[in-house]
Amino acid sequence: MEHWLELDGLGLTEGDVRIVENVTLKIGCSSTAILGPNGAGKSTLLRLMHGLLHSSAGRIAWPRPLRQAMVFQRPIMLRATVLANIEYGLRLRGHPSAEQRRRALAALDRVGLPELALRQARRCSGGEQQRIALARAWALEPQVLFLDEPTASLDPASSREVERIIHEIVAAGTKIVMTTHNLGQARRLAEEVVYLEGGRLLEQTPVADFFTLPQTLAARDFIREEVG
Amino acid sequence: MTTPDNVRRALVAALACFAIGTHAEERFITVASTTSTEQSGLFGYLLPIFEKLTGIQVRVLALGTGQALDLARRGDADVVFVHDKPAEEKFLAEGYSTKRQDVMYNDFILVGPKSDPAKAAGRDILEGFRRIEAAQAPFVSRGDKSGTNAAELRYWKMAGIDIDAKRGSWYRDTGSGMGPALNTASAMNAYILSDRGTWLNFKNRGDLGIVVEGDSRLFNQYGVMLVNPVRYPQVKQADGQKFVDWLVSPGGQQAIAGYKIGGEQLFFPNAK
Amino acid sequence: MQDVAASLALGAQLVAAGDARLLAIIALSLEVSVTATLFSCFLGMPIGSVLSVGRFAGRRTLIVLFNGFMGLPPVVVGLIVYLLLSRAGPLGRFGLLFTPTAMVIAQTVLVTPIIAALTRQVIEGEWREHREQLRSLGASRLRAGRTLLWNARFSLTTTALAGFGRAIAEVGTVMIVGGNIDGVTRVMTTTIALETSKGDLPLALALGAILIAIVLAINAAAYAFKQWAERRWG
Repeated sequence: MEHWLELDGLGLTEGDVRIVENVTLKIGCSSTAILGPNGAGKSTLLRLMHGLLHSSAGRIAWPRPLRQAMVFQRPIMLRATVLANIEYGLRLRGHPSAEQRRRALAALDRVGLPELALRQARRCSGGEQQRIALARAWALEPQVLFLDEPTASLDPASSREVERIIHEIVAAGTKIVMTTHNLGQARRLAEEVVYLEGGRLLEQTPVADFFTLPQTLAARDFIREEVG
Repeated sequence: MTTPDNVRRALVAALACFAIGTHAEERFITVASTTSTEQSGLFGYLLPIFEKLTGIQVRVLALGTGQALDLARRGDADVVFVHDKPAEEKFLAEGYSTKRQDVMYNDFILVGPKSDPAKAAGRDILEGFRRIEAAQAPFVSRGDKSGTNAAELRYWKMAGIDIDAKRGSWYRDTGSGMGPALNTASAMNAYILSDRGTWLNFKNRGDLGIVVEGDSRLFNQYGVMLVNPVRYPQVKQADGQKFVDWLVSPGGQQAIAGYKIGGEQLFFPNAK
Repeated sequence: MQDVAASLALGAQLVAAGDARLLAIIALSLEVSVTATLFSCFLGMPIGSVLSVGRFAGRRTLIVLFNGFMGLPPVVVGLIVYLLLSRAGPLGRFGLLFTPTAMVIAQTVLVTPIIAALTRQVIEGEWREHREQLRSLGASRLRAGRTLLWNARFSLTTTALAGFGRAIAEVGTVMIVGGNIDGVTRVMTTTIALETSKGDLPLALALGAILIAIVLAINAAAYAFKQWAERRWG
């Protein structure tokens, strides 16, 4: 399998706290879930991959540069209409306005919220806003989509809707890397699991194997605790 | 999301309008004069006459004599019209103007509490000053390089009093114009030297009244000068000269004599 | 107390009578201060935004400077602008001294730091909230700064009002660079100062009451507009 993202000895230290330490990782499959207990450094690792943070050690290599987008745990909307929010990213990339409109409407349609186009984005519900955030990312036609706990702040119904959309995105050919606390979600959406603890990479295992027979004791304890 | 283009365009248009609007083509000259001349109401009466005659708007900066002359030294006025002959002659000698002409005179009065604690009342200004100093009665001075202030200091000197040495807490140096100084004197029930014009228009008299008047030494001579265009090419020479010429002309002199407050003539034309 | 009541009555009378000179003075006050505020926003808001989202050497020093300049004494600003515009000064040839334009320039100098410093504060909050998302979408710092200015437009109208309040209320600057010339550069505040110095305190107080009433009315209108706009465009 061709790797599309390579991390080599990646580390981030703040003061004397080693948030991420010596992570060496090659990602080749199309959907990866990053799991681990609180404070393991999952969100930080995701941000390092996307380029929102700069590492203090090691390097990141993209063998072939890919278009990226990211969806955060809490959706952040500008004080504007839903449509305007989605078009913003497209405008940044210099698409002509007719094109912006077309792609934005198409993306909004795909997440199932066409009727919200002219509503003020900040007035929509949490679940709706997260779907709009997905539409905003999707409209950019990213080749890689990073997701940081995308359903952690949502109710079950909205979570299901969001998972459905993510599934469609993967099916359409976009690679995803997501952090989550929801083991069931990881099982439903991911092909492989990357397990972090204390900022260090402990395992990189295909998803089915990870849950039936994790390679490390730490992972085994983690699964046992999460499942309850 | 960026500022909608139409909002931005509206702002630029507003700014452009204002920039243009304020530079309307108006013919005007700038005259630096004293607060006493303006506050006596003379300009309100005189200038419309001149403007009607010539179409030149006269913009007056009402400052103290010292300030007016300093402003003119920077070339920021076209004409100077003040009442401190020694200071004006110095201005002339420094080359900031080439000619000084007498225009009119008014008089100073000594104002003070009607109860007159220092017994300064009379027709002798120097005696009045001496009595005030002897009684250490409260006295307000303008202290602002104005023509009135210069006159006040001359009277102390002429009365044989070294005011710098003799001043005590009775002598209040306020560093302000005629109006504010009168306000202070009124509030403190103090003596103060004032020009008649400002006093007649002054509304906050409190317990004050005229204590000394009519002494010929109280006459206050006004002079006018065009700021030297060689020094400051931007001076509006032609129009400024028109104003100077008009002030000393029979027409201007008559207009000056025509100004009265309550039937009383304030300024006495004496151009040669 | 009687005097205050009498003055308020006088103020109402003057306004009702629609005295032409008074109206001209009020109009000029508004013209000068509104224009100066607009200019200040034009300059100060981008500056505030750059100070907030930018990253460059000397940024923190500039922030401290602008914060400090919020307290520039009007009379000092007036003096500096006067020296610049004087015929004896570097910009004398434009003949701007003792015109409303000079007053606008001087008030702009006075108000721009206020707008810049307050904008910086507003945008800092916006930046903290939107930073990751905007950078993820690919916005440069400059672009993000512009986007956030528009995003914060409701808070920024309050900022603009603060600047306007400072402009319309000050007397030191406009007195020096305007010269308080009757019919040309006389505004509400300089008229109040003049009437006070002439001893006509009731009139001065009445004019003061009118000025305060105007400022309150403008603030009330702006507040109502903001409420309506927020409701409509959230």
